[in-house]
Amino acid sequence: MRDLTENILELIRRTSTDLPADVEKSLCTSIEREEPGSAARGALETILKNVALSRKNSTPICQDTGTPIFYVHYPEGMSTRKLKEQIRTAMEAATRHSYMRPNAVNVLTEKNSGNNLGGKAFPTIHFEEVEGDELTIELMLKGGGCENVGAQYSLPDSRLSAGRDLAGVRKVVLDAVQKAQGQGCAPGILGVAFGGDRGSGYLASKEVLFNKMDEGNPDPKLAELEQKLTDEANQMGIGPMGFGGKTTVLKTRITGLHRLPASYFVSVSYMCWAYRRRKMSVKDNEVTYD
Amino acid sequence: MREINIPISDETIRSLKVGDPVTLNGIMLTGRDTVHKWMIDTFIRKTRPPQGDDLQVYGAIKPLLKDSLIYHCGPVVSGLDTKQYKFVAAGPTTSIREEPYQAEVMKHFNLKGVIGKGGMGPKTLQGCRDAPAVYFHAIGGAASYIAQSVTRVLEVYKLEFGVPEAMWVIEVIDLPVVVTMDAHGQSLHAVVEAQSHQVLQDLLAK
Ligand code: SF4
Repeated sequence: MRDLTENILELIRRTSTDLPADVEKSLCTSIEREEPGSAARGALETILKNVALSRKNSTPICQDTGTPIFYVHYPEGMSTRKLKEQIRTAMEAATRHSYMRPNAVNVLTEKNSGNNLGGKAFPTIHFEEVEGDELTIELMLKGGGCENVGAQYSLPDSRLSAGRDLAGVRKVVLDAVQKAQGQGCAPGILGVAFGGDRGSGYLASKEVLFNKMDEGNPDPKLAELEQKLTDEANQMGIGPMGFGGKTTVLKTRITGLHRLPASYFVSVSYMCWAYRRRKMSVKDNEVTYD
Repeated sequence: MREINIPISDETIRSLKVGDPVTLNGIMLTGRDTVHKWMIDTFIRKTRPPQGDDLQVYGAIKPLLKDSLIYHCGPVVSGLDTKQYKFVAAGPTTSIREEPYQAEVMKHFNLKGVIGKGGMGPKTLQGCRDAPAVYFHAIGGAASYIAQSVTRVLEVYKLEFGVPEAMWVIEVIDLPVVVTMDAHGQSLHAVVEAQSHQVLQDLLAK
């Protein structure tokens, strides 16, 4: 197996410094909706200038380079132990190059490890074997500010009169957006999973965030709810950074999971505008980045 | 856009109103969770005796903070090995975590305000009235852009807190911010919160 450390380092660099085109496009569209001269429009203008500058100088889009979350889909017979080692070595190198801020803090001693490595779970790496001979490594950098405003609801929720159906899902997601205000660096992208248990729900709510912004939901009912939630969230007037304005949520993504008869969870992951996720593929010894 | 130079006078602070976009120039310090807790425990509520270089650092930052600002920011800094420090990425961090401490810290160090993101609560708002001081909201995530406004790193204190948590003494030019809490008891965050709450109630009733 060839050593991919350098390529993974490049994946990290691109993820941290080069905002994907679909996100930038969405930000560019939303700017037109905000009043000229308003704080909301000013915020979006600064955001877009920042995106261009980060790309040009290869510097982090945001100083909070977040929790690195890797999803590795590997062909039969590849060593996940070696891949993990290479990911960890690349992460250390990315920190040295200032593509990543040292972000792993020992929760007991409060000491920052200095290299973005910490225990088994930092960085987070998920492995899954796939058919065929292509290896793909996806990386998402999930910022702390937006992670802190994520929320999980157990339905029914009497405070919100939210029952165990899609109407109930709608209500709790709207509540999560209102509670988040601008704290998650709005405008945000919502990853929603309903069903599952508390663990699988949160996991799936992040996994949907790997999708492209313009990818539709294969389920027409969920597609409709996604659009409705984005529209209604934007009616709340929270706006970029919570300054007030028309752009609060850029996109909503929903997925359903099988649940126990006793449980009905709705898990919401809030992703900030610094929506950093990228993918590299290795096939026939050729490495490509999306 | 209006320019504000540090040190800032009380008169200037009182002239600022919520919603005003301004740019900041001058010398300020970064400080976030560990710094606020350290200031409170060691020098304000004095629940922990000064240790190591605590008193020396206190002596150095006190005059720097007078009429200046604390920036809630955990930067990415290059040149750590050569000490030729340069800010690479330096957007604001969420301020509300300092709510228990901020008003006391502002008063003790004669701050004219803080810079952060997400706004702060009633205790800090009252602190802004008393000081007088204001809350400046920087653009969350605009890290490379803001790092460009940081023209010099003059000093770093308490680097043992970690790069994000240390106190970096920086000079900024044209740092773009919006006043979201003023010295007259107004908070844009409270207004947006209340309005969005009302809309949410209407949507929930549908
Ligand atoms: S929420 Fe996102 S954009 Fe905001 S500071 Fe955190 S990582 Fe950066």
